[in-house]
Amino acid sequence: MRNLIASARTTQRESMVWPHRNLLTLEDLTADEINMILDTASAFEDVSTRSVKKVPALRGRVVVNLFFEDSTRTRTSFTLAAQRLSADVIDFTAKASSLSKGESLRDTGRNIEAMGIDVIVCRHSSSGANHLIAKNTKCCVINAGDGRHEHPTQGLLDIYTMRKAKGKIEGLKVAIVGDVGNSRVARSNLHGLLKLGAEVTFVGPPTMVPGAFAKMGARVVHDFDSVLDEFDVINMLRIQMERLGSNVFPSLQEYSRLFGLTNERMKRAKPDVLVMHPGPINRGVEMAGDVADGANSVILEQVTNGLAVRMAVMFLCTQAQGAG
Amino acid sequence: MPVHNLLIRNGRVIDPSQEMDQTADVMIIAGKISSITPAVANSPKTKPKASVHEEIDATGKIVCPGLIDMHVHLREPGNEDEETIASGSAAAVAGGFTSIACMPNTQPAIDNEAVVEFVMRQAARCGLCNVFPVGAITKGRLGKELAEIGHMVRAGAVAFSDDGCGVANPNTMLRAMQYAKMFNRPLIQHCEDADLASGGCMNAGLTATRLGLPGIPALAEEVMLQRDILLAESVGAAYHAAHISTAGAVQMIRDAKKRGVRVTAEVCPHHVLLTEEAIGDYDTNYKMNPPLRTKRDVEACIEGVVDGTIDCLVTDHAPHGADEKAFDFQNAPFGIIGLETALPLLIKVFVESKLLDWAGLVERMSLAPARVLGLRKGTLKPGSDADLTIFNPAEEWVIDPTLFMSRSRNTPFGGWSVRGRVMQTVVGGQVMFDHATGIRNVVALAPV
Repeated sequence: MRNLIASARTTQRESMVWPHRNLLTLEDLTADEINMILDTASAFEDVSTRSVKKVPALRGRVVVNLFFEDSTRTRTSFTLAAQRLSADVIDFTAKASSLSKGESLRDTGRNIEAMGIDVIVCRHSSSGANHLIAKNTKCCVINAGDGRHEHPTQGLLDIYTMRKAKGKIEGLKVAIVGDVGNSRVARSNLHGLLKLGAEVTFVGPPTMVPGAFAKMGARVVHDFDSVLDEFDVINMLRIQMERLGSNVFPSLQEYSRLFGLTNERMKRAKPDVLVMHPGPINRGVEMAGDVADGANSVILEQVTNGLAVRMAVMFLCTQAQGAG
Repeated sequence: MPVHNLLIRNGRVIDPSQEMDQTADVMIIAGKISSITPAVANSPKTKPKASVHEEIDATGKIVCPGLIDMHVHLREPGNEDEETIASGSAAAVAGGFTSIACMPNTQPAIDNEAVVEFVMRQAARCGLCNVFPVGAITKGRLGKELAEIGHMVRAGAVAFSDDGCGVANPNTMLRAMQYAKMFNRPLIQHCEDADLASGGCMNAGLTATRLGLPGIPALAEEVMLQRDILLAESVGAAYHAAHISTAGAVQMIRDAKKRGVRVTAEVCPHHVLLTEEAIGDYDTNYKMNPPLRTKRDVEACIEGVVDGTIDCLVTDHAPHGADEKAFDFQNAPFGIIGLETALPLLIKVFVESKLLDWAGLVERMSLAPARVLGLRKGTLKPGSDADLTIFNPAEEWVIDPTLFMSRSRNTPFGGWSVRGRVMQTVVGGQVMFDHATGIRNVVALAPV
């Protein structure tokens, strides 16, 4: 076990010490820092495949999952990741907490800190909520999704999966298709991928892909078919059914016809295109069931890789100076 | 009140209403301007005809008509923890304002005679400055039924607005214009189409996209403004566009004025000083409505003020408690306070840059709002109410929100180095604020 931690350390660039107590965004990280997380994740990856699925890196530390939005897979992934680092894990659900009694986010954060928590993993429907907690506590704050802003560990696990399958990120042509404007996954992918030298294209109707993204370095395309054969990676975003009434698109059928990743479209894509999805999939809407289960799909690998990436993030942040 | 005569000696008297800019003595008798006598350099003091009870040496200072802020939120009744009429009045005189118009989005709203009278009574009880209530256009500011505008006019309301939100229904706005015209009172519109704004919390654009925050597009302001200009043109009503923030809105007002529409407009210091990027990592002291826009909008607003398209400079003083402002950005309330920072900030934008001379700034902060509201103020002509602001145009200081008279501290300007400091604020011939001694009547500031 010690060897594993040691190997995690030696794969890091020699001179680099992880400098951040929090992981709030990928926008704020450098390419070297992103690579350091990916390399560390790589060293953690085989923990999950061994009979004893634990390393003692966070033994005695306490991680709280502070989720103000419903989530099953992200919460489970963080819980497992923390447990594999031997941390104690507590779940804090908004409904059961005093938040329903009107306590402010700042007070909630301070209360959790007062209980001696080391790491706060927070998901909130409000963009910037994690910044607020980070400003008001000394805990390590790991953003598990804030509003439509960022979801950095999802971005990292997507990039990790791409790197593993394609060997490198530099020069990759990546499409992200769907409700990009409302997507924290898209923003984290954009920042991370651009820093590592990929080309990112956002695809969707103008109601879902605002032109301002062009100023952030993305190519914005509204005609999926015209660019379909260019991509090494196609990352399909989940269509939020609750947005049906908000006039960003008229019907699921029309969306699927214009932007869905169908079997027919797969025939026109690159033969080795990597098909990704942050889950959960609406089969038959943004993606055909056959495509999700097909040979190009790495959707389940994304889930598996998420564990290693989240282990790496928690490990590095708690090692940062002044953390814990 | 006993007769109290005040002599303000040797100041640089700037009064746009008489195109006056000269070193002079201002004699105030019984609360009215009595005379302005040119001071002769190095001559012995001229002997005033009436007896002088109090004298201010204004050498090196600017003496001007008392500043008027026609867009202030005083929070009383309803949110006295954030501001009261007394604390807001204190903040006003500390910032050089002798008159303020307070918006009706209180709880309950200022939408009937009784609340108008309550506000005026509270203002008189504290007695620091003139407080002019703005009544609601619709009952409860709900945008449905007209409020009792006639009753409120009789009680002292000077204008009408549902500020905080716009009147969404065009027919309601049309009727309100027709009705208010009967009393010759302006309607003040908070131009924001709620459907286009759709829950936004900052300017729609690159920064909102980057931060993942829902945006309020410039269109939300411009669609309602353009509609209202058409309505006002048709009715011939006096219409005042509150806190203009976009380049498009400035151009619409410019065009409307050229056509002879009775439209006037105002802009706030933050909209000529800050852009959306200032929000940084979700700092709620930069969250206001309308939101901070882009450099292009800031430049257009400045140009609009300079060329006279925008008539008035106002603060949109919006006090909020620290606990509320500590919410996450999307859930924190809109608004910043401004009474105690407006003058030096506007000096920075318009006078230090030489875009306006002193008279130009003073006009937009006193005479222009007085005209919009139909007040016989904003002038130092003999016989006028003796409302004056005396400030040192050269004094440099650093804004320290902990020293504010306001009950709230929500400002992004703490720590800013500014120039121009209010020395005395005179309301009705009484020195209500003196930089050396503070607010005149501290008893008035006790909690209600």
